[in-house]
Amino acid sequence: MRRKTVRSLLILLVVGALGFLAACGSNGTPVGVTPPPTPGQNIQPISVNGGPLGNYDNGAFVSVEICLPGTTTCQTINDVLVDTGSVGLRLLASQVTLNLPVLNDGNGDNLNNCIQFADNSFLWGNVAQADIKMAGEVASATSVQLIANPSGYLIPPGCTGTNEDTQQTLAANGILGVGPEPFDCGLACDPVANGGGTIPPVYYLCSANTGCVAAFVPCGNVCQDTQAANAQITNPVFNFTGDNNGVILQLPSVASAAATVNGNLIFGIGTQTNNTLGSAAVLQLNSSDEFTTSFSGQLLNMSFIDSGSNGLFFPNGIETGFAGDTIPVCTDNTSFYCPATLTPFSATNESGSTNSAVNFSVDNSDNLSTQNPGDFAFVNLGGPLGSGACNATSNPTACSFDFGLPFFYGRSVFTAIDGAVAPTGVPAGPFFAY
Amino acid sequence: MKSMSRIWMPRISAPSSSSRIAWMGLALLMFLLPLPALAALGGDVESVHQDQAQMKGTLKTTEGTTFTVHEIKASAGTVVKEYASPAGKVFAITWHGQFIPNMQQLLGSYYQQFADAATTQREAHAGHRALNIQQPNLVVQNGGHMRSYFGKAYLPAMLPQGVTKDEIQ
Repeated sequence: MRRKTVRSLLILLVVGALGFLAACGSNGTPVGVTPPPTPGQNIQPISVNGGPLGNYDNGAFVSVEICLPGTTTCQTINDVLVDTGSVGLRLLASQVTLNLPVLNDGNGDNLNNCIQFADNSFLWGNVAQADIKMAGEVASATSVQLIANPSGYLIPPGCTGTNEDTQQTLAANGILGVGPEPFDCGLACDPVANGGGTIPPVYYLCSANTGCVAAFVPCGNVCQDTQAANAQITNPVFNFTGDNNGVILQLPSVASAAATVNGNLIFGIGTQTNNTLGSAAVLQLNSSDEFTTSFSGQLLNMSFIDSGSNGLFFPNGIETGFAGDTIPVCTDNTSFYCPATLTPFSATNESGSTNSAVNFSVDNSDNLSTQNPGDFAFVNLGGPLGSGACNATSNPTACSFDFGLPFFYGRSVFTAIDGAVAPTGVPAGPFFAY
Repeated sequence: MKSMSRIWMPRISAPSSSSRIAWMGLALLMFLLPLPALAALGGDVESVHQDQAQMKGTLKTTEGTTFTVHEIKASAGTVVKEYASPAGKVFAITWHGQFIPNMQQLLGSYYQQFADAATTQREAHAGHRALNIQQPNLVVQNGGHMRSYFGKAYLPAMLPQGVTKDEIQ
């Protein structure tokens, strides 16, 4: 009993320390009077420019300012990839000079995070807290990942693949995850919401003595966990004091290929005159943050919009044999399509009463690279995603249309966050819209 | 750069420090238990049968005319299906769930070939994307986004007679 009392006291102290979040979070009333944002306060420029190594096709990069929590000791990190397919800010530790506070369990074990990507790469590193600033917006004391290879112990076997812990391997200085969720793991990693369940291979407590052990990490009230405040890696936008229900990623159109394309990352949806939804087609998302795309006679009901995918990826007719379009994959890189000539397609995105036709084309990836050596923006880059007839239960591999960065050229794409408070007249997240 | 600033993390570890050791043991057990239930690609399905009894409720077997499907819930709800030939060899594996399963474990002796191919592709073309490895003896497809991943792997040369790759679902 005595121990329990001590623990409760500690939790109270933590709630006090993180109180700013609780007081000014999305569902709280801001303390004091906040002046209305001036134009530009919610707009951060982005650029498709090849990234820090000048080799990244179809990657949108942004600068992010991080600060020691509650101080004006800050640092700007350039060339961070904007990713609507993930959640949270992840920075190469080698780029961070600030001494950011790392979360730990009070027993000397540091909290670490692992995320794995479909291409067999992963990011590993400490979970630390920073104030995150973009344009005029601030996310206070927000959990971020510091990507690094640990010393003194091994990365646990639940975190496998190629470690992208250097600028050379990541081809970016970090990833800004602004997907349609507030937290990177959510309910599955929360000790209350997933009480009695398996601990996912996402968070680990590590020390040089004992190595790493998988751990639950709370995500607080938003996850119906009233026992502890959120500590999971968090979408910075969700932690802004305003303009915090989502983002618009906006890029101008590209004819075929371009060296540099400049656009905007706009914070908030329907919170300012510059981020209204207007007549955009709204795609409400299911519990896996997916919608349905009708394509080539198939209803692909696990589709998503992902600025962190650098092409348009969809089931391949040649692999599948179903009636419809067929495109050869490149022989040197089978993750991309290599049709003989530019090939046009059409798909329809469906959600509720929304029926939105999307026309796109796929060109020969090899030719695009060799014929445009100085370019990094390619609107017609695509690749295969699965084979066979889509069946959500028996063959989910062929049920997705992954609308990657080429989809964003010539569009304003809205990503609305699940659980964020939407202004009157704006649908609740999660949704994508364009 | 990192500091050791003490930000107490409530509830990320044991409910109390007194049960910490036991909790760690439980966590380790959870990691170890599903492992023997999974036969790696190209491997013998015998290990699946052996573990079937103790994995009751988490393993479902569907007998087909040309192959047997073993469905296993692994890695925090991710569904893994293993396709075994009449000869008892795993010739295909599919997966779908919030987390990518342990590919090293799933692909077994084919893992290195897969990892090397993925690395070669990434080095030739920087950036993140869905993955499609198509080699004469190994096909691996992987896609998805944070919170939803899916994929399949199969051995074209080991498909049982009369089975086409489209039947691997």
